[in-house]
Amino acid sequence: MRYTKEFLIRLYRTMLRIRMCEESLVEPILKGEIKCPVHLCTGQEAVAVGVCIALDKKDYIFSTHRSHGHYLAKGGSMRELVAEIYGKTTGCSKGRGGSMHVCAPEIGVLGAAPIVGGTISLALGCALSSKIRRQKNVTVSFFGDGAAGEGVLYESLNFSALKRLPLIFACENNLYSTHMPIKECRPKSNIFEVGIPFGILSFRVDGNDVLKVYEITKEAVRVCRNDKGPVFIEFMTYRLRGHVGPDDNIQGLHTDIRSKEEIEKWKKRDPIKNFEKTLLKDRILKKEDLEKIRQDIEEEVKEAFTFAKRSPYPKIKDLRKYVFDE
Amino acid sequence: MSRKISYSSAINEALHQMMLTDERIFLIGQGVKSPWYVGNTCKGLLERFGPERVIDTPVSENAITGAAAGAAVAGMRPVVVHPRMDFMLYAMDPIINQAANWSYMFGGRLNVPIVIWGIINRGGEQAAQHSQVFHALFSHIPGLKVVMPATPYDAKGLMISAIKDNNPVIFIDDRRLYGIEGEAPKEIYSVPLGKGVIRREGSDISVITISYMVGEADKAAKHLVKEGIEIEIIDLRTTKPLDRSLLLKSVRKTGRVLIADVGWLSYGLSAEISAFVSENAFRFLKKPIKRIALVDSPAPASSVLEKRYYPNYLNIIRTAKELMRG
Ligand SMILES: Cc1ncc(C[n+]2csc(CCOP(=O)(O)OP(=O)(O)O)c2C)c(N)n1
Ligand SMILES: [Mg+2]
Repeated sequence: MRYTKEFLIRLYRTMLRIRMCEESLVEPILKGEIKCPVHLCTGQEAVAVGVCIALDKKDYIFSTHRSHGHYLAKGGSMRELVAEIYGKTTGCSKGRGGSMHVCAPEIGVLGAAPIVGGTISLALGCALSSKIRRQKNVTVSFFGDGAAGEGVLYESLNFSALKRLPLIFACENNLYSTHMPIKECRPKSNIFEVGIPFGILSFRVDGNDVLKVYEITKEAVRVCRNDKGPVFIEFMTYRLRGHVGPDDNIQGLHTDIRSKEEIEKWKKRDPIKNFEKTLLKDRILKKEDLEKIRQDIEEEVKEAFTFAKRSPYPKIKDLRKYVFDE
Repeated sequence: MSRKISYSSAINEALHQMMLTDERIFLIGQGVKSPWYVGNTCKGLLERFGPERVIDTPVSENAITGAAAGAAVAGMRPVVVHPRMDFMLYAMDPIINQAANWSYMFGGRLNVPIVIWGIINRGGEQAAQHSQVFHALFSHIPGLKVVMPATPYDAKGLMISAIKDNNPVIFIDDRRLYGIEGEAPKEIYSVPLGKGVIRREGSDISVITISYMVGEADKAAKHLVKEGIEIEIIDLRTTKPLDRSLLLKSVRKTGRVLIADVGWLSYGLSAEISAFVSENAFRFLKKPIKRIALVDSPAPASSVLEKRYYPNYLNIIRTAKELMRG
């Protein structure tokens, strides 16, 4: 085994932390306690964790509407995330952004936004700033398969390749863009090949295998730090929840067009359960250890919710606060 | 023959009827087959007209809108839908640089008979990028017409007129209105572009409004009557071209103006109307004009702020009383 026990546990723990935090949102969403649209990343945790753990604190990420996993994996505070989703002033964006707009500038989470493809060019500029300032930071642009429909991706591929920017295009291909399966969006489902005409080093990996995700990202980071970027990585994965909210079929609209069989098939490829099996099999962890980890996280989640619920709402007189930096 | 129909069904009926009468009409855009995006406005169209005339698209607003404009130049009459106005910002070039200028740039030898349909979808803590309305921005552009129906009758009649018009027309509906019911003829009819309507006669204040705020004005009127204040409600229906004679007629009668917009305060529709009235009917004004609009801030997530952010009938009542005082 090339990895230390501590490292493997860290991967596992971080994935489970995301999963448990995401799943804890389900009930409050269904009860209407959480009002803002929430795009859960359940099933896609291995991408968030494998990528972000390959980064240093000083590296940057930009993300999308489905960003909780990225934010937590990069080191974002869980209580500030939950508070943001509850619209509280103690949230990571002071209750102004909600679930779709998380940030943690102190650890390089420079923003998440739901305009599809909207943050790709911002990540491009972030990587450009590292180049101009001769800093070794790497930027990761997270986006989905759907974003590969937007022209800005191709403009950014070209410019980043032209300027050899330290930028990782991290495409999470979960095979769907809301109600559209990928075969209705693209003539071929080979997203990773889009970088090749620009001479960009490009890969496609199993996004549900956290070690594979980690290894490929580590390599991409090395390439970028050596001024040989950008790198394009397509992570094949699947969301086990609805596009928005826990289940697209139980909130009035029958918009999940995915077959039960397909969802079941992917449940068997659950990145956390499978990693757990490996850890047990390789005797990295015992059942009791898993239980202990779970309990710790449960505590953290509980504490995050208590914190969020007890926190104050923004004041009406502050409606226009933050429109500008003053 | 007239009967009750919902706002969204009225749009649906207009599309069905127009597509039946004219083979040059086709519908294209994100979500045309998903009620999650477009409610029931596109119901049955795909089944009836097939995927060549009802085209659901990848997330590519710029290219798809440009494609619709190009097809229009080539003699088709496309309706391109954006299930949220916010997404239209990717399509600013084909709309503003191209479609809006085409007729003029080519000395009237080419034209762009296109309907660019943008849906307002706001509230529910969706925050800054999922709440915006850009009627003022589009109305600013020479070469664009802009309509914003408030009733089922107008939704159908304006969609039909927009399709029949030989120029680019921005059709803006609001999802909050989809459920409201009203009388509308079964057959094809037009509501002329550029014509407002008096929803309620009154002698004290001209309440000039549009879209969602028309219903709020109506609610306000019912309360204000009890206090002896008779407001006249003008539903502009079209923001560009503006129904100037209707405005003047009403202002001459009441001498008091309250403008209730659905967009931001500064540099918007309310400023335009205010300027027009003071330029042309200053001597009839008994009081300075008052405006109700969104404060100059992006949409907040937190519902505490959101509640204050979107004006409603209470703001109209309060402001109307102020206008009548002293
Ligand atoms: C510019 C723009 N167009 C359309 C949408 C509506 N929309 C929200 S999420 C989404 C699908 C994105 O799919 P993908 O990028 O694969 O991300 P996933 O939801 O699968 O994580 C779309 C089209 C949007 N948010 N922004
Ligand atoms: Mg996707």
